[in-house]
Amino acid sequence: MTRFEPVLLANIEKPDSHTLKVYEAGGGYAALRKVLASMSPHDVRELVKASGLRGRGGAGFPTGLKWTFLPKDHPGPIYFCLNADESEPGTFNNRYLMEFDPHQVLEGLIISCFATRASTAYFYMRYEYPTAWQRVQQAVDECYGAGLLGKNILGSGYSLDIYLHRGAAAYICGEETGLIESIEGKRAWPRIKPPFPAVEGLFRKPTVVNNVETAACVAQILARGVDWFKSIGVPADPQNPRDAGSYGPKLYCLSGHINRPGCYEAPLGITVNALINEYGGGIRGGRKAKAAIPGGISMGLLTAGEFDCPLDFNGPGRYGCLGLGTAAVVVMDETVSMVDFLHNSCQFFAHESCGQCTPCREGTAWSLRLMERIKAGKGRWKDLDLLLEIGDNIGIIPGTTICGLADGAAWPLKNAIRKFRPELEEYIKRTNPQGYAETRAVPALQLLGIH
Amino acid sequence: MPIVIVDGKDVEIDGQERLNGIQAAARAGVEIPHYCWHPGLSVVASCRMCLVETGKKDAQSGKVTMMPKLVPACQTPATEGTVFVTDSAAVKNARAMVEEDLLLRHPVDCPICDKAGECSLQDYHFQHGREERRADIKPFHSRRRSLGDTVTLFVDRCVVCTRCVRFCREIAGTRELMVANRGAHEEIDVFPGFPLSNKLSGNVVDLCPVGALGDKDFLYRQRVWFMQSHDHVCAGCSTGCSIQVDENQDRIYRLKPRENLAVNQYWMCDDGRYGWKHVHDPRRLAQPLRRTRGRAEIADWTALPQELDQRLRSVGKLTMVLSPFLTVEEAFLAVKYARSVDLQARIIQGAVPEGTGDERFSSGFTIRSEKCPNRRGVAQIIRGICGEVQTWSDFLAAEPAAAGAIWIAGGYKTDWVDARQAEFLRTFPLLIVQDLFPNPLTECADYCLPAASFAEREGSYVNYNDRLQSFSWAIRPPAGVKTEARLFWQLLQREGMYRAESVRRELAEEFAYFSALSADLPADGIDLKSNRIAQQAADGTAVMGAIS
Repeated sequence: MTRFEPVLLANIEKPDSHTLKVYEAGGGYAALRKVLASMSPHDVRELVKASGLRGRGGAGFPTGLKWTFLPKDHPGPIYFCLNADESEPGTFNNRYLMEFDPHQVLEGLIISCFATRASTAYFYMRYEYPTAWQRVQQAVDECYGAGLLGKNILGSGYSLDIYLHRGAAAYICGEETGLIESIEGKRAWPRIKPPFPAVEGLFRKPTVVNNVETAACVAQILARGVDWFKSIGVPADPQNPRDAGSYGPKLYCLSGHINRPGCYEAPLGITVNALINEYGGGIRGGRKAKAAIPGGISMGLLTAGEFDCPLDFNGPGRYGCLGLGTAAVVVMDETVSMVDFLHNSCQFFAHESCGQCTPCREGTAWSLRLMERIKAGKGRWKDLDLLLEIGDNIGIIPGTTICGLADGAAWPLKNAIRKFRPELEEYIKRTNPQGYAETRAVPALQLLGIH
Repeated sequence: MPIVIVDGKDVEIDGQERLNGIQAAARAGVEIPHYCWHPGLSVVASCRMCLVETGKKDAQSGKVTMMPKLVPACQTPATEGTVFVTDSAAVKNARAMVEEDLLLRHPVDCPICDKAGECSLQDYHFQHGREERRADIKPFHSRRRSLGDTVTLFVDRCVVCTRCVRFCREIAGTRELMVANRGAHEEIDVFPGFPLSNKLSGNVVDLCPVGALGDKDFLYRQRVWFMQSHDHVCAGCSTGCSIQVDENQDRIYRLKPRENLAVNQYWMCDDGRYGWKHVHDPRRLAQPLRRTRGRAEIADWTALPQELDQRLRSVGKLTMVLSPFLTVEEAFLAVKYARSVDLQARIIQGAVPEGTGDERFSSGFTIRSEKCPNRRGVAQIIRGICGEVQTWSDFLAAEPAAAGAIWIAGGYKTDWVDARQAEFLRTFPLLIVQDLFPNPLTECADYCLPAASFAEREGSYVNYNDRLQSFSWAIRPPAGVKTEARLFWQLLQREGMYRAESVRRELAEEFAYFSALSADLPADGIDLKSNRIAQQAADGTAVMGAIS
């Protein structure tokens, strides 16, 4: 099988790939010039809709459709937020784009703003990306200097200002309404919906929130056309009218116990096996794989036997995972203890739960306490049932929380316990031979602390 | 009229009402438990206690389509065909889960918690919680810290419903409270150096569904189940907030606001809330005194009314001063009596205590500068009988001849009369003063009668906006005190006991302004503004002026 020729990552090997000069030398901003010269916002929206582009941030919502939710003939302002708060564990594709090809992102962002008639865009970047922050700021400055941003862009009459906003390092700011609250200067507590951001978002105005990679895809769709984009990936299932298909290239973040971790571009639908073997160079040290996270820790777990799972928007769901998520594949080899994995996962979500909804605030903290106890050798089998019950009862899927963070916390619990229960039971029995089957309440351990 | 279906029962609602699931279910007699939702605050839907199943009934086919997941009732509008299911297994499980979650770190110190007995966490746990505690993890400590002069925070009892935070932002507009930290470490807090110090601060204690916020004034003073609540009206200013007086054995322990959308919504100010201390002040006048040639002696209530009556009739000429703390009924009886003694009796509107201006909050809630409850009601009685109202300052400024008797009904909790005024008033041949506290006037009155406090009165107040609210007494007056209403009732030689309701019927017959009092009054009072406008139009006053 021949390697897929990278498109989104085509520039990153070039020297000074982050500069305007290099980007334009490779044909950059041609698409934007074409759009501004010859297309209407409506044309761009229709084109993106026809391409079947789905959001790359995690939920996979069709981008063109999201844009059409904006109220028609709104007097403005309409705001555009670019979500660069890439905090999902294992994910770094936005970072690649922002550090090595910020102009591709900006071109897509400007085209997206043009299509949605937004005249102000907020580029919300997570705190932990200082290099990306510098390079994107530099790129924005270059664009202003070259007339690609500001008043009357390239003489088209279209004006756009981009503000680079640096977050303060909270996972929840990546949730779109949490991000909006954060830009407004408030606690990033996700908002209740409706109203959806497209109707009432940032500063109570219609707002679109898109991911960095989505913007890059928009730039490529405008440069290369819909047919090119639809020729890549997995077509929609004709039997399922609700399937929007998984078209286009995708940046996969491959990490964990493999020989060549990194960010790789491949068509949507590549299997975990293919990703590990063709791109990652196999499992490190010749060991056997044990499990993999299919798309960021909140998507759950695949066992080694499930590595034939195709990584498109529908694939992981068929294997009991939450979805494709950010397509960050973290591979674990046979040396990894599922207790450690689960403890780590619980610690992350207890730390990052925004604390607004009771089931998530308390459920994530409770599951961490249970995992601490299991890890410390005081666990009981019945704790696994309780963890499973917590997992089944938090999130927007059962309806008990406002945002999806709790679903992300629930899926590793559910998957790990359902798919690796014998190992977890064995660990508990081995470390707590006297009390593993105890069903009465026992005194708890002092928590070591989440912060 | 839209029909909403709650647990299979059809409930008709008004299409204009914009009810949510909790309110619609209440119409059907179904209580949906909730913490974060409050009718006076914005919806955040974060406590997740009100989770229900919902769906839509198709008008044509009658087929019900349910949503596949639970939704918070507080955030779900009740419209035509909305179906709410509040008793399914999924709903019960979700409620039990939330209760279990909230009790994970709760200290469960109900025996020493002020809220016990009126605590949502307690009540809901009994109704919706699990029988067994599965969380065998260490409970947290019970930490306490002060948020300001009025409120103390029991940190670990908090369920983070954020009602108090939203109150400070949306109603008081002062934004002192916030949520600090994240996740399970969240706490309500103030910014260092910026304590909770607005004049509506006491409301956050009422809002708190659990025992996290304690009122420093009430803390550890009384268990709530020992107290009786009486509907009343605050006498602190002319807003006239609907309140409830919580007392045990004729001792007030706290005042709380009572819902009245036409007056105070759900709130009251701290001035009013803590403004009852004078009721139990030991300095309060508690015995009627007769002063002869400078020597005061305790009079006996049994014979006193007759004695007063005889003295007044022998003097013949009478000036009656009516305090704005009197109820409408008391003012009416007083005027009736005055005119029975002297057909030409002069009726004066008593001194009106004034503050330093209205205090208005961002939600529109206003503490009025007029620090008395019933200036308008008393003025209407005087106008109805005398035609025009002479005020206290007009009366003093006119320097009238000190002839005949003067009866001054006071009932003020603050200093309202100075030595110079008292010096003038004592030149009247007969000076009768009713008041709460000793002052230059009571020191020189021929008869000094102890007055009743607001909580001991029964009757009606008319607020700044012509809204009349009636109430009955909350506590009995201390021994030795006879309420004004009873005294005048007795002086008028009426049969039996004073009953405010029968006086209101008389008022309705005699005064066009009070005509609505012929019927029973709703709990939130009645608006008499149209009567005033009609009256002023009849008087030839510009109607526009009356409206403003």
